[in-house]
Amino acid sequence: MIVPSFSARGRRGRRLVSCLLLGAVICLLPFFCNAYWLDVCVSIGLYALLALSLNLILGQAGIFHMGHAAFFGVGAYATAILNTMFHIPVLWLMPVSGAAAALFALVVARPIIHLRGDYLLIVTIGIVEIVRIALLNDVGGITGGSNGIFGISRPQLFGFRIYKSLHFYWLVWGMVGVTLLLFYGLWHSRVGRALNYIKADDVAAEGCGVNVSLYKLTAFVLGAFWAGMAGTIYAAKMSTIAPESFNFMESVIIFAVVILSGGSQLGVLISAFLFIGLPELLREFSDARMLIFGLAMMLMMIWRPQGLLPCLPRVYARLRGAVAPGANVEERRA
Amino acid sequence: MSLLELRDVTKIFGGLIAVNEVSFTVEPQSVVGLIGPNGAGKTTVFNCITGNYRPERGSVIFDGRNVTGVAPHRLVERGIARTFQSIRLFSTLSALENTLAGRHCRLRSGWLASMLHLPSQRREEREAVRRCMQELEFVGLADHAEEAAGSLSYGNQRLLEIARALASDPRLLILDEPAGGMNDQETVALVDTINAIRERGVTVLLIEHDMRLVMRICEKLVVLENGCLIAQGAPEVVRSHPAVIEAYLGAEDEAW
Repeated sequence: MIVPSFSARGRRGRRLVSCLLLGAVICLLPFFCNAYWLDVCVSIGLYALLALSLNLILGQAGIFHMGHAAFFGVGAYATAILNTMFHIPVLWLMPVSGAAAALFALVVARPIIHLRGDYLLIVTIGIVEIVRIALLNDVGGITGGSNGIFGISRPQLFGFRIYKSLHFYWLVWGMVGVTLLLFYGLWHSRVGRALNYIKADDVAAEGCGVNVSLYKLTAFVLGAFWAGMAGTIYAAKMSTIAPESFNFMESVIIFAVVILSGGSQLGVLISAFLFIGLPELLREFSDARMLIFGLAMMLMMIWRPQGLLPCLPRVYARLRGAVAPGANVEERRA
Repeated sequence: MSLLELRDVTKIFGGLIAVNEVSFTVEPQSVVGLIGPNGAGKTTVFNCITGNYRPERGSVIFDGRNVTGVAPHRLVERGIARTFQSIRLFSTLSALENTLAGRHCRLRSGWLASMLHLPSQRREEREAVRRCMQELEFVGLADHAEEAAGSLSYGNQRLLEIARALASDPRLLILDEPAGGMNDQETVALVDTINAIRERGVTVLLIEHDMRLVMRICEKLVVLENGCLIAQGAPEVVRSHPAVIEAYLGAEDEAW
């Protein structure tokens, strides 16, 4: 058991600096990127968004869920279908697609959420396969089969038409920024703690008064909601979607990003950059790419099994106020 | 009226009758000890009360309401808190956060309020932290609030479990071998703590192997053997009960 040191003021300072640096890099990146790398960065942002939503389920609550691409796909298809059939503006569909994915997650997760560890993992892999096969077989005649759906319109934000890669860059990373803030709030609250209790020991959590199955299910549904919204952005960016974009490999990549990250949000961002950006950098050595990747993963497992950046302990100094710890213990004993 | 009443509780695992028609009552603001040789079914009785097991027959009445088969987290809300025999703290989280786990069921902020850190949520958090610091002070762990639970000494971990249980404002506190693994000095401090808990108006039901401890703090003992209740009553009465003596002479090293 790894017990983090709690005298980690220096680490906290360093991490704040890293956050600011990363933010600056993200803001400045589009001024130095060509069109190709801008597209890669949009893709990194999308994966970051997906990984942040999975982090809630996998990193915080410890639920082994390897089917996140299913919810991503449901969101993307909800957007595509409603946009192409009813011409509803794409950005309006973001919450709708999120809700569709969340509803789907609720239905499929309700009966399986009590499963533990690897058992749940297998079932969630089943979910992503079922979704892919259903889409491929043109269920209900609305998914377009293996061709998918094309002609999804470009989103508009307050009359501004988003169509360039640069626009999507800001849309995606803006969304990532909002997500970071909201999920940070969630992490530093009774809900975030409850998820951590469940991850550490679900029997003890239940015994302390945490409604374990409700919290697990809600984490699942909220994560799916976010993945569904990411699906909207993806559909809008691509303007064409097909079942193969939501296959098992996608789930594995999102899963791996979260595992590599160690569970903190900064870790997720860095991990997304490494996972999506690095293969593009290594394109020249495309033959050796998987080899390098595999080696990197092995070295990680040896030297940093807890992941890149595990969460630092929460700080309660401000909530505790100026009262020195144990100030009146002596009085009580006297 | 009794705070807790067990009526003919029977729990069967496969072909084994772990607990057989056990009935006893716990009066408000008393300290009751549940004792018996190893394997007598004490922890099984506990788990039937706390909702971890559902008894095959019989019922558990808490505060006049039948709570048989109610989920553990609901029972915590109703006022039954517990500690675990094998310590089950969240070892990577701080002592304060462990205590906040017990407070969880008294807090109301939902997912949205937590995401946005609304003023009501912040007020509630501040109050919860204040309250949990009080509980840590109560068991003497305030100085260790920021330390990881896993890095505390064994005795302190037991105390932290008690603080965590107390943070949920229980009316009945169930302690499963609270003195297990404690040295003599720590056990003496534990007696003080349990007495202080009683003074707060919390009823205590405890399983304990340390007979000196049980004799000192319990006003009523319930003795189990092989899943059956063989005696109950005041410690002096139980101590001289023939069936109890026989049960304990059969076991080897219980110090009476």
